[in-house]
Amino acid sequence: MTETDSSDAERGAAGERPPDAVDGSRPAAVEAESVTFDREGIRAGFLTCLPVAIGVGGYGIAFGMLARQAGLSVAEAALMSATVLAGAAQIVAVELWAEPIPVATVLLATLAINLRYSLMGAALRPWLERLSSLRSYGSLLLMADENWALTMRELKGGGGRGAFLLGTGIAIWLFWVAATIVGAAAGGVIGDPARYGLDFVLAAVFAALALELWEGRATLVPWLVALATAVVADALLSGQWYILLGGFAAAAVEVGRHDR
Amino acid sequence: MIGEGPLALDPLVVGVVLAMAIVTALTKVGGFWLLSRIEVSERLEAGLSVLPGAIVIAILGPELAAGGPAEWGAAGVVLAIMWRTENILLSLCGGIGAVVAFRALL
Repeated sequence: MTETDSSDAERGAAGERPPDAVDGSRPAAVEAESVTFDREGIRAGFLTCLPVAIGVGGYGIAFGMLARQAGLSVAEAALMSATVLAGAAQIVAVELWAEPIPVATVLLATLAINLRYSLMGAALRPWLERLSSLRSYGSLLLMADENWALTMRELKGGGGRGAFLLGTGIAIWLFWVAATIVGAAAGGVIGDPARYGLDFVLAAVFAALALELWEGRATLVPWLVALATAVVADALLSGQWYILLGGFAAAAVEVGRHDR
Repeated sequence: MIGEGPLALDPLVVGVVLAMAIVTALTKVGGFWLLSRIEVSERLEAGLSVLPGAIVIAILGPELAAGGPAEWGAAGVVLAIMWRTENILLSLCGGIGAVVAFRALL
């Protein structure tokens, strides 16, 4: 992975690996250009992200239904979408939801799934560090997989619009929250979910997510490790520990076999 | 419990949601802040990058293992539609339609 490799930013899939601009070294191209932060940049980001945000809305509707099935109210589901803004983590959280709420498991899963954001934020550093703390940190709070990819593409292409992340983030946030409310409201009027096949929504959402996160053959080994660990742990242990065990086993194997 | 029905806000639920929000905000902002100060090995980065997919698979595996041929077939339909159209809503509707049909048939 080199600084001039732009293929990372052009793949819009969730969970992709950010280019490693983590050592603080700045591409020569960034040195030369200035980074702006203005209303025009916000607008450009918002409009670029609209078609992507509509797709995010699809997940939002599914999340709203799942949240409702898990026993959250429309207001609680909307609050989660508005404040957390992390699709995969929210869907996993409502899957873990039970009476009483397994707080530690939910928070640990949220942390594990969202750790990738730390890498993604670091990849934006060469540009965002030229903005004020309020602007850079504020924009980062609205970062999701999809608009991170769009923003990387914009900034690597030399656009220099530092407000792009904020503009794309606003689009994602609006559609995510609105779709959550729609999904949760619809989920509330449906009586027995199994009758309409809606008990299958979770498996369907995760199958679709898996396809988006698939990165070719390199993904196969960690995924098989995750699958085997999860199935065995699910059979042996009570509760939801199998999810985190599967995730961390795959990560450990990946760290162990990484010698490129 | 504040309010009733769809607008209900349970203090405990609100507390857990806000804790999730804080954890997520720390991951979004923390890397930007921290990774400029420390060196992350490529090994660790590779490990972190497989986490989301691995967790999704860890959930999906037992979920499908608990199902039967109807669910497996419907999961195949979801994958096929997603592969062709990359449209999440379309693949969800197709999968739900398929599971209802397969359950009636099988």
